[in-house]
Amino acid sequence: MKRVIALLMENQPGALSRVVGLFSQRGYNIETLVVAPTSDPTLSRLTMSTEGDEQVVEQITKQLDKLIDVVMVSDLGSSDFVERELMLIKFKKDSFPEDSFDETNIVSNNEEIVNVQIIGTSSELDQLILDTAYSNPIEIVRSGPLGISSDKNTLSIDN
Amino acid sequence: MDNSYKSGAEALLHSLHLEGVELMFGYPGGAALHIYDAIFNQDHVEHILVRHEQGAVHAADGYARATGKPGVALVTSGPGATNAITGLATAYMDSTPIVVISGQVKSMLIGTDSFQETDMIGVSRPIVKHSFLVQKAEDIPEIVKKAFHIATTGRPGPVVIDVPKDFTDPEFKFEFNYPSEINMRSYKPAQAGDSSRIKEAVDLIEHSKRPVIYSGGGVIQDDASDELIEFAKLLDFPITNTLMGLGAFPGSDPQFMGMLGMHGTYQANMAMHNADLIIAVGARFDDRITNDPKKFSLQAKKIHIDVDPASVSKIIHADVPIVGSAKECLSMLIQEIKGRDLKINHEEISAWNKQVSDWRDAHGLNHSLLELGPQNGKILPQQVVQSLYKETEGEAFITSDVGQHQMFAAQYYHFDKPRQWINSGGLGTMGFGLPSAMGVQLAYPDATVACVTGEGSIQMCIQELSTCLQYGLPIKIINLNNAALGMVRQWQDMQYGGRYSSSTYENSLPDFKALAESYGHIGIKVAKFEDLESAMKECISLKDRLVFLDVDVDPNEHVYPMLEAGNSMDYMWLGKDKKTW
Repeated sequence: MKRVIALLMENQPGALSRVVGLFSQRGYNIETLVVAPTSDPTLSRLTMSTEGDEQVVEQITKQLDKLIDVVMVSDLGSSDFVERELMLIKFKKDSFPEDSFDETNIVSNNEEIVNVQIIGTSSELDQLILDTAYSNPIEIVRSGPLGISSDKNTLSIDN
Repeated sequence: MDNSYKSGAEALLHSLHLEGVELMFGYPGGAALHIYDAIFNQDHVEHILVRHEQGAVHAADGYARATGKPGVALVTSGPGATNAITGLATAYMDSTPIVVISGQVKSMLIGTDSFQETDMIGVSRPIVKHSFLVQKAEDIPEIVKKAFHIATTGRPGPVVIDVPKDFTDPEFKFEFNYPSEINMRSYKPAQAGDSSRIKEAVDLIEHSKRPVIYSGGGVIQDDASDELIEFAKLLDFPITNTLMGLGAFPGSDPQFMGMLGMHGTYQANMAMHNADLIIAVGARFDDRITNDPKKFSLQAKKIHIDVDPASVSKIIHADVPIVGSAKECLSMLIQEIKGRDLKINHEEISAWNKQVSDWRDAHGLNHSLLELGPQNGKILPQQVVQSLYKETEGEAFITSDVGQHQMFAAQYYHFDKPRQWINSGGLGTMGFGLPSAMGVQLAYPDATVACVTGEGSIQMCIQELSTCLQYGLPIKIINLNNAALGMVRQWQDMQYGGRYSSSTYENSLPDFKALAESYGHIGIKVAKFEDLESAMKECISLKDRLVFLDVDVDPNEHVYPMLEAGNSMDYMWLGKDKKTW
């Protein structure tokens, strides 16, 4: 089962390598990984998705929490949450599937190439890839999902 | 210049002094030379020069295990740093508090493949609790404070401080301020357990008929031996210790079942397998304990007390998880038990204790092997351990290396006190015994410190015999010499049809007596059983000298019991032709 885990960590050199290293060290898979600074410049927020049952995810979150640079960890799947991922697709102009997209999706357009951007859940993006496969996109790039819980809980050191 | 102004190197040394460090172990080299000059110019912290960096880290580790205080090692960059890696991994697996300071090339050279450059933070990352790369000299005091805080609290572990050479430059001085306390938002280890979990645990205790207390190294690390003894005595439940936990409960107490696991006693393993309640304290259900986790003690409920939340329910599901320090949680349990009108079924418990005692009578270890005399004309390795026990009256610090001798020492030397038994349990590091004994001997100069080893392990750090001469360390090396890598050979006997692939030396072993003598120590060779006890007496009585007692033991002896791989804990080999199934 796919799970999305979000964490806050000290924005320090080496912190990311400890998080990533933990996954290979303990034999867990990282499917996706997104990391960026937060509005508090001393903290970075990292969102990752991984495969695993309840027990594996519990171990992953505990092991992540144990890292000294990790401030907070949340298994987003433990309550309702919103997940969004960005995808860019490059088509040859002559095979661009116009019906699948509208103007707002198009981010660049010239004589040869059309690039589109799509935002959705990871499974929606998976579906779109299947639906447009017939038009032979020449490059697909995905950001990996971000997540935020649907309730008033926040991943923040202020509460 | 004002005395409060210090260079990075001086600040490092003064910070160590303020942390209470009296001793450090190390080996100099280019990137660490500013630090070594600062060592020369102060007299608070004594530096012990080892002969190999692995020895420095093991010695710091042995010091930490024996005293409970953090051990410190100092190495240079590159090969100095990589030589420290085995020591770090050893300390990491056994959760011992050490701080390893490594010199690093100048900050502007980092990443250029400069002379003696190694990415120490990267290389050590999976085997440290945490690490710091110093970014500027002024950060050194705070980093040292944090390093000691992290190494010694929660589940202890090794911390690395990697110091680029330019940040120890004697020409650059800054105002020295040592933080009085440290507050890290990302690191707040648990102390007390959840009180509702404590109540749940005592509910299970009240209803149990076949309980076992299973305690590990966490109890020793947390100085919780007194609480463990009180808890066990209050309930009169049978108790077993892991290899790392030996000494937390007195080994000579009849309530003690002996060690459990791979080479645990018959009664301890049978009790674990047949229990209806397992109370795990500071132990982590390692694979050397559980055998196949899917078949592990299926009838038992498990109460699991551990300071590391990630250890709880990692291998075996805990019915009652209690996250907190062993000392704190055991005190809470004792209080809860005393505060209740405890309804324990004493009849059931005494029947269970009788069962344990019957198991012990049936297949327990024979602790009177010395009385049997030579076996087939040979000395049994167990007899050497029993002779050591007798001659030291059970009061020596025993360090060991890894292999058969380690198991014989664990099985046959009754450890009555915590921190008395010092071995590499998790990583299984051959070469640990002698340098860790140096750390113990330096911490307790008047104590008897014996290193039980084998001719394989001792050669992995034999160079430290020279360190022992330099600092006058009167360690007793008890070499169980079977002229083979005994545990490897045992597995080859049991699983590989006796094909001794690379486990013997074809007459290439040194004369250990002469070797010890050439290092300036005393060597004694024992080849006949009749000489064993008098030689042991002489060895132990030479209080001021290192003695290398080289004893020829029966090379065909195996360690039993031994769990049958891939099965439950009641599947044991009890002898070469004797098994429980």
